[in-house]
Amino acid sequence: MTIHVHEQVHRPRVSDQGFDARTPKVRIYLMGKEYQVPNVLTIMAAIEYAGYRLVRGCGCRAGFCGACSTIYRKTDDYKLYSALACQTLVEEGMYLVQIPFVPAVKSLYDMEEITLTDNVILRYYPEIARCVSCNTCTRSCPQGIRVMDYIQASLRGNIARAAHLSFDCIQCGLCSSRCPADIKHYHVGQLVRRVYETRIAPKSPHLARRIEELDSGVYDEEMNRLMTSSLSELKQRYESRKIEPVSED
Amino acid sequence: MIKITTRRPASDLVERVAELSGQSIFACYQCGTCSSGCPFIEAMDLHPHMVLRHLMFGMEDVLTSKTIWVCASCFMCAERCPRDIDMARIMEALRQVNLRENVDHIKISHMTEAELEGVPQIALVAHFRKNTG
Amino acid sequence: MDIKYYPGCTVKTSARNYEASAIAALRYLGVELSELEQWNCCGVVHTLSTDDLMKQLAPIRVLKHVEQCEEREEVVTLCDMCYNTLSQANRLVKDDPAKLKTVNTFMECDDSHGGYTGTVRVVHLLQVLRDTIGFQAIKKKVKYPLRGMKVFPYYGCMLLRPGEVGIDTPEDPTIIGDLMRALGAEVIDDPVKIECCGSHHTVGDRSIVFERIERIIGRARSKGAEAVVLSCPLCRFNLDTRQQEDRTIELPLPVFYYTQLMGVAFGLDEAVLGLNEHRIDPRPLLREIGYQKKGEYGRITT
Ligand code: SF4
Ligand code: SF4
Ligand code: SF4
Ligand code: SF4
Ligand code: FES
Repeated sequence: MTIHVHEQVHRPRVSDQGFDARTPKVRIYLMGKEYQVPNVLTIMAAIEYAGYRLVRGCGCRAGFCGACSTIYRKTDDYKLYSALACQTLVEEGMYLVQIPFVPAVKSLYDMEEITLTDNVILRYYPEIARCVSCNTCTRSCPQGIRVMDYIQASLRGNIARAAHLSFDCIQCGLCSSRCPADIKHYHVGQLVRRVYETRIAPKSPHLARRIEELDSGVYDEEMNRLMTSSLSELKQRYESRKIEPVSED
Repeated sequence: MIKITTRRPASDLVERVAELSGQSIFACYQCGTCSSGCPFIEAMDLHPHMVLRHLMFGMEDVLTSKTIWVCASCFMCAERCPRDIDMARIMEALRQVNLRENVDHIKISHMTEAELEGVPQIALVAHFRKNTG
Repeated sequence: MDIKYYPGCTVKTSARNYEASAIAALRYLGVELSELEQWNCCGVVHTLSTDDLMKQLAPIRVLKHVEQCEEREEVVTLCDMCYNTLSQANRLVKDDPAKLKTVNTFMECDDSHGGYTGTVRVVHLLQVLRDTIGFQAIKKKVKYPLRGMKVFPYYGCMLLRPGEVGIDTPEDPTIIGDLMRALGAEVIDDPVKIECCGSHHTVGDRSIVFERIERIIGRARSKGAEAVVLSCPLCRFNLDTRQQEDRTIELPLPVFYYTQLMGVAFGLDEAVLGLNEHRIDPRPLLREIGYQKKGEYGRITT
């Protein structure tokens, strides 16, 4: 069994982190143990600064993968907060623990067989009917998603609304760790978006065209060239790549 | 058969139910009005007034009776009781005593497509509120 | 007149025709029904344990929204269960400021609006028709009286009980019957009108519901009813969908929402009333007793 945090021998090189010996320190507690860390660090960097190596609960380090869920309290506040460790700065008196995984079992379904009905989400996640509208999920979402509202929209069969509301979900699981109704929100959100995309959203002609191109082998040669390139060639191509101008829409 | 005894019931069930329901259990004089008007009597093992009687004696069989899950909270009995006892609340309290052990009365995850598709939302929400904790 | 209504989940799904016919019938009477901008499931059943405040969050959140965000004093419901749950929760916190405070404190950080102060009135659409518009006024607006149509008004539980939130006499309600008389129908009466339809057992144990509806339909039929008229989407489901599934009922009775029959009497387009969405098709009855026999439902088309 792997425990998500491990003692680490080498500390990260201090000069890389944008702080030095004069940077003010704050006190944080990692699973109850006190550490003094520079106040400019993210929670994730602070855990590493304290000497831990993260082997779970850490992925993209950019707020996208949802692996670094953290819950904490502060010494001067009764509330239980939640955040992404890679996106949140440490504060004085944080009591922290990482929640690298929330046991949320996904229901089995075959997208080909799903029919769009009012109860389509209830069919696979009936427990959404247990929602008591406490709003705890919304409060715990680090993405600022109105989680309760997408669960409520799913309950009343409003797939389009639920899909739009849940769009920014990164599946960190924090909502599902706190829901008194035991709802597995992010799986609900995922099903909702799948149903929306396959049954409701207008079909994209560009996508169809691109798939046709792929099928007809237009890109095969280019792909083969990439697959046989050496690492240095790839690096060089990456460095000199053309970056598309941002479109105005 | 009920054995009548002067011993005080050993369990604190009566107190718990009284507290959860807010009803005076011992105010009941067993007139049976509740049971005679209950639309679900056929599906019950203990009739509503019997539930109260058993409760008075601290008999825990009420907790395992079918009756408490069959009661649909229709409030017919509550409306008619000459002693102003809200039986629907007593039934709810008995369900709650069970559900607060974190054991559901139904298995939501085992529900079939036929049970879930086409059924009004109000039916599902009510069903889960009555049968899960 | 403009009325804010709380639809509830079922009015947005299997009871869409209730909503559509209500909006159309009310518009005909000069009343605009507009939906609350934001709402959540009311919780459907009022929590009966004294300490279970968690379950009061849903209805109070709705009332808070009505009061604090939409700044209204009244919210109208269509669904009987929503009516009952919102009313009972409202009563509970109005009578118990300590409980209201607990609920408000919990909801405090959800938005910048204040807590609920208990000023909202929860009203069922039937009450609007009876008390604000008036059945006499409705009668005057009838174009095609439902003459000769024998309807059985069925009330069930949630409109009537507990008495403190009921909209009519619990043992002998007449509100739907009076409305039907105003529309020109003949009202069939039976005490079974206040008995439960089987409610949520429709999910877990259909046999309980079958037993209930056999009795209700049997009594209504034996008194000569040709149709049932009601106001609750769950009663509709049990008395329509489940009735159709019940093999022991040989001659099923069609079921209407009162708003659909208002629409028929007002001569509204049949398509708007969603009469095709019922399991037991009520349209043959309309043809039989109206359109064909008397030729009065001139505007009904298929
Ligand atoms: S909805 Fe839930 S899983 Fe998705 S980002 Fe928010 S808290 Fe994380
Ligand atoms: S935390 Fe759960 S019960 Fe509370 S609002 Fe969110 S989904 Fe509903
Ligand atoms: S109606 Fe009231 S007094 Fe009579 S038996 Fe039932 S609970 Fe007791
Ligand atoms: S509330 Fe329960 S016990 Fe009372 S009449 Fe209704 S179903 Fe029977
Ligand atoms: S590590 Fe990926 S979101 Fe924080």
